[in-house]
Amino acid sequence: MSTFLGLPTRRRGTPTTDGPLGPVPHPDEPLRWGATFPEAARAALGDAQLRRNLGHATSTIRAKRAAVVGEVSDWEALRDAGSAVKGRVMADLPALLERLEQNVTARGGVVHWARDATEANRIVTEIVQAKGVDEVVKVKSMATQEIGLNEALAEAGIAATETDLAELIVQLADDMPSHILVPAIHRNREEIRRIFLERMGDAPADLTDAPRELAMAARAHLRRKFLAAKVAISGANFGVADTGTLAVVESEGNGRMCLTLPETLITVMGIEKLVPTYDDLEVFLQLLPRSSTGERMNPYTSLWTGVTPGDGPQEFHLVLLDNGRTRALADDVGRAALHCIRCSACLNVCPVYERVGGHAYGSVYPGPIGAVLTPLLTGGAPGEGLGHDDPNASLPYASTLCGACFDACPVKIDIPSLLVHLRAREVDADRDRTVPSGWDAAMRAASVVMADAGRFALAEKAAVVGRVVAGRKGYVRRLPPPLSAWTSSRDLPAPARQTFRDWWRDEHEAPPGGNVLGDGVPGGGTPSTVPDSSAPTSTAPTSSAPTSSAPTSSEDER
Amino acid sequence: MSARAEILAKVREALGADPLEVPVPREYRERGDLKPGSAAVVELLVDRLVDYRAHVHHASAADVADVVATLLADAGTVVVPDGLDASWLGALPAATTVLHDSRSAPQPVEALDAADAVVTAARVACADTGTIVLDGESDQGRRAISLVPDVHVCVVRTAQVVHLLPEAVRLLSAHPARPQTWISGPSATSDIELQRVEGVHGPRTLHVVLLGA
Repeated sequence: MSTFLGLPTRRRGTPTTDGPLGPVPHPDEPLRWGATFPEAARAALGDAQLRRNLGHATSTIRAKRAAVVGEVSDWEALRDAGSAVKGRVMADLPALLERLEQNVTARGGVVHWARDATEANRIVTEIVQAKGVDEVVKVKSMATQEIGLNEALAEAGIAATETDLAELIVQLADDMPSHILVPAIHRNREEIRRIFLERMGDAPADLTDAPRELAMAARAHLRRKFLAAKVAISGANFGVADTGTLAVVESEGNGRMCLTLPETLITVMGIEKLVPTYDDLEVFLQLLPRSSTGERMNPYTSLWTGVTPGDGPQEFHLVLLDNGRTRALADDVGRAALHCIRCSACLNVCPVYERVGGHAYGSVYPGPIGAVLTPLLTGGAPGEGLGHDDPNASLPYASTLCGACFDACPVKIDIPSLLVHLRAREVDADRDRTVPSGWDAAMRAASVVMADAGRFALAEKAAVVGRVVAGRKGYVRRLPPPLSAWTSSRDLPAPARQTFRDWWRDEHEAPPGGNVLGDGVPGGGTPSTVPDSSAPTSTAPTSSAPTSSAPTSSEDER
Repeated sequence: MSARAEILAKVREALGADPLEVPVPREYRERGDLKPGSAAVVELLVDRLVDYRAHVHHASAADVADVVATLLADAGTVVVPDGLDASWLGALPAATTVLHDSRSAPQPVEALDAADAVVTAARVACADTGTIVLDGESDQGRRAISLVPDVHVCVVRTAQVVHLLPEAVRLLSAHPARPQTWISGPSATSDIELQRVEGVHGPRTLHVVLLGA
């Protein structure tokens, strides 16, 4: 009966906790790991420390973002422009890619094309090996996370050091990132202190958990690596087709170190990260920092075009990565997910992400955008569903469809509509299954009951018995199979003590003056407080609602 | 088929026969209300820089050398790009070692690491976002010199201050291929519990000298 909601629950390997410090071992597939979302979410919700860390971090960043977005009078016009520019990029992608390649090449860069993760990793590994080094420094990059580059380099005997503070924390802990922007958002300062002391090797013994001290320990640890590095690897936030210019947006200066000091720079960029003209940067460099870190501008942005003689790396390689992007592009609704500029605003406003954290999504792209991007990138044939047995098929259900992500998205990706589209795709993919699912059976049974007034009345009466199961708490946590499929992912409110039919009969057929309203309404008024017998039908439920729902909704700030 | 040909073919196939024309509305502000170089636009820039915890100093042509010298009073070794206005360094104490750097005669990275400070000019500054842009010309130098030393003294002429980002971008787009560094305050991180800490890998101290007419 695991298929009651059309929601796949097949396990993909057993979730483990045997990582030395991190809860997540390194996956073979960075876009498909861990338990399914419903299972992983249940486990994450039981971790009080994780929820505290996430609640604090997401509420802090939401407030910062709201303040700096609120002061921009033309924010909506910037979003409209950003959305349209990205739409144009997708429509004109082949010509823009060729133009970028031509301009990077003309300025002394070397452009490589990679169909998938394996090919991209092979290209990067060969370049590093040709330089004769076994150590590289890395700028935080989603694209290289997505292809599992660090693991591929390690297999070839090349040590890749992450230099972004949060990525360093994640790497030292042998953990996985849980947020696009702040990969160690699930860690608090005391946990970070412990990770540094146990794993960094040169952390001061008297290190405290003050963020400043922790940051200075990272500075000292990485300084020598920066000055000695021969090869650096980065991603790119934007690539300008018209000029061949690439942009990396960062805060700490680790990006500048990697992009400037080594002799060789390798940049891995998804084919969708283009903008047509240099001037288009005026839109995105306003949208990105305010949406991302909640700053008017991030501390450092680096722009470079090929090789500049005498300044910075004298050898530059650009790896253009497909890895499922053309598959996503073939879905004419889903392709809007490729507009994403990886700001992570949608994660910070999502009531689901805030409670379960990033690991539950089983992909390096978590949160609302991850719930659409991951299934699109990893799907089967273009435009078709993943199929019932693919755990990523459950990701579009990891949402309440509240719409907060759409409002926050700087390039106006309609994530809720994409989620619904992808749910439909999965349901359609399941239609030709020969064994009827629990969902089909339940719908058929409901149809029989609801088509006949007498049968429906009987069913209503039977449901009242459910109050016994619910007990004093007023909701049902677990029902026996097959109904357990419903309660496995949500609580069921207790049925009302009185059915609507009974209430109507009492109201309209009972002797005048009879009290019918107190019944079934906890704390409902006595007859003396209910002067008009028709009014309380609307007031009584609303007056009781806040008391019954408060315990579950008090943390939700939205 | 090569990876290039295959990816481009898949993109074309995904898009279908006739790709959409997508018009781009540009209703956003391309120009601010504050005039470049005006007192109001400079005041806005100062507000932003102070918010980022950069140190702001005002100077005129007559006293810029004194202001720079005061800021570098404790610096034994100072790196400068070879195209820097020499008069800005006119009041440095005789004991200060000045290392000149250029693309043709670069200082080794160890020398930059051992230096106490760097002095550069800038290309343009955007008041709205508190951003100063260096574009690698000879008065701003190689990207490494404004990165490795721990103190960066950046002299911005007030005439270079514009109000909004599109104004700065359109000025920079005359030479898009120049290597650019956009600086908005000192290096910072918010990776630990979203608490901002200034000074990680880039210069931990940023002095901005606003040079008036």
